[in-house]
Amino acid sequence: MSYAIPAFLPFFLAALFAAIAPVRFRYLLVLVPLVNGILIYLNADQLTPISIQLHTFTLQIMDVGAQVTEQDAKLTLLFAYLFHLACFICLIYALHVKDKVQIVAGLLYAGSAVGAVFAGDFITLFIFWELLAVTSAFLVFARRTKASKAAGIRYLIIQVLSGVLLLIGAISYFQQTGSLEIGYIGLGSLASWLFLIAFGIKAAFPFMHSWLTDAYPEATPAGAVFLSAFTTKVAIYMLARTFPGEDLLVYIGAAMTCFPIFYAVIENDLRKVLAYSLINQLGFMVCGIGIGTALALNGTVAHAFNDVIFKGLLFMTMGAVLHRVGHVNGSNLGGLYKTMPKTTFFCIIGAASISAFPLFSGFVSKSMVMAAMIEAGHEYLWLMLLFASAGVFHHAGIKIPFFAFFAHDSGLRPKEAPTNMLVAMGIAAFMCILVGTYPEFLYQMLPWENSYVPYDLTHTLTQLQLLFFSALAFVWLNKKGLYPPELKSVNLDFEWIYRKALPAAGVGLARFADNLKTHFVGFAVSAVNALPVKKRGNDANAATLTLRMALGFVFLAVLAFVTQFI
Amino acid sequence: MKIETNNTGQKVHFFDNPRNVTWMIRIFYAICILLVAADFVVHRHIYLSYDEIPAFYAIYGFVACVVLVIIATGMRKFVMRDEHFYDKREDEVEQIVPRVDVEHALNSTDEESHS
Repeated sequence: MSYAIPAFLPFFLAALFAAIAPVRFRYLLVLVPLVNGILIYLNADQLTPISIQLHTFTLQIMDVGAQVTEQDAKLTLLFAYLFHLACFICLIYALHVKDKVQIVAGLLYAGSAVGAVFAGDFITLFIFWELLAVTSAFLVFARRTKASKAAGIRYLIIQVLSGVLLLIGAISYFQQTGSLEIGYIGLGSLASWLFLIAFGIKAAFPFMHSWLTDAYPEATPAGAVFLSAFTTKVAIYMLARTFPGEDLLVYIGAAMTCFPIFYAVIENDLRKVLAYSLINQLGFMVCGIGIGTALALNGTVAHAFNDVIFKGLLFMTMGAVLHRVGHVNGSNLGGLYKTMPKTTFFCIIGAASISAFPLFSGFVSKSMVMAAMIEAGHEYLWLMLLFASAGVFHHAGIKIPFFAFFAHDSGLRPKEAPTNMLVAMGIAAFMCILVGTYPEFLYQMLPWENSYVPYDLTHTLTQLQLLFFSALAFVWLNKKGLYPPELKSVNLDFEWIYRKALPAAGVGLARFADNLKTHFVGFAVSAVNALPVKKRGNDANAATLTLRMALGFVFLAVLAFVTQFI
Repeated sequence: MKIETNNTGQKVHFFDNPRNVTWMIRIFYAICILLVAADFVVHRHIYLSYDEIPAFYAIYGFVACVVLVIIATGMRKFVMRDEHFYDKREDEVEQIVPRVDVEHALNSTDEESHS
């Protein structure tokens, strides 16, 4: 038996089915990623390459088989499994949703992500890259609030821009090399920079990140879980394929781990806190790609895998709160553990995983990147990552569960999350603990040779010290009253440039142009008025008309004469 | 913390009892002390020069978080704006959730003195 269809096709067919079939059949859709994922897993070494001939160009939509290196094939497969698992969990989480827009968009979105990882050339990648953008925007629109519409449009513009840059990059890459095969690029040419920026936008590099913190908190509860899984991870996958070992990425990644945590500490919208923390986790992955050793790349891939699960879990718990309460503002929440104990429990597991507590999934993958950082001799950057590790525990590990479920009692007594949400959270929580306690499960799928041992005495002890004393800092700051209270507010970020500064500059420019026009018109009117009126009423006779024509002719003749000498 | 609800039959939850919270915090302090003590007993690998400092990770974790919070709080002066700064957010509605009236005592013993 062999697997001889494009891997994304089942998703697209399922989306078609979801669009036309009555909404009560949506339960069947859960089977699609599950069965497809299992089929790919069982036939991992018998996948059939598929390409489509378009005029003179061949689109490689399933780049598998003998011509692909072992590492690339394993990398592709691991991300493919991951996306199937994520889609499976997301669909269970969204089972109560009767809104077809979300289900169809979610399936198309997951299918595009699967298509992108199997793509063999940049044009195929471009197609799925743009599909990712367009389909995911509907998960934001589907919230159907004014804010979500505007945020969705901004999200779409930036995502499509990333695709356009990718296309320009691909064209200029083709001119230089005559090939469009996806493979190692490395920085240097203009094309490579275009690729880096295109991938960088989707991977939320600093100053290109604000689409993420802008749109994700505006998405629907289930939409945010979908969003957190795919777009950024496809970008990480592409960076790992095309820019491994690029030194610049180490510095970009280190910056990405640090700057969002400051915002996360003072942010009130808890899903926005998670969005910032998502950038922080991406930072670890970008660092790993930048280091480029086998350990670092394995760490990146493993962390991407874990991040999808635990960040998805955290988004699911906050989605459940949003579903039940209608908002996730830390300032107006608290004490929800009383009526949502299961959600609280799952949130704590997600928090422990993202904070890299021993026995939870973050512990076995984040440390690979950290260890690779020391091996590569970046001591100061390693300190930055350690700072970020303490910080992530602070804002995602403590702040999210504490302000939502504990803290001061808000008096809210919402119902426990719907059963399907709890099942989805349970699966994700199980995966977090499975990977944390039995890392071999994940390690055996890693693309490169792996001999890393996460559970040694030094690592466990130092990590526990780091985390417990971060928690101690939280307790101490709270007791001293130094901890910033949750306030209803907006914190200015890079999006200020295009949401305030540029529109203001545009309005200013328009006003300036308007003034200029008024002045110019006024001047012209006064100049015309200054001309002596020669007309005698309306009945200008033939004689005056002839005279004017003659004068005009003379003027033109003189002009023609003069131009002869210039 | 004193809880008064209009629903008198409601059970008192675990964290509503200040004694439970105090005990949890005490256990937490004890674990912190044990972890630092372990640093002197266990011989851990040294990877970097500053790794040699006893309890380096504990100190670093504590200082990092305090610095993080202080800088972030300071950042509020520059970056914090009204929640309607970009556009009016009127269409966010809180769903109808059962509510109880909660009265917070001022001298609470748990870590929520700011609330």
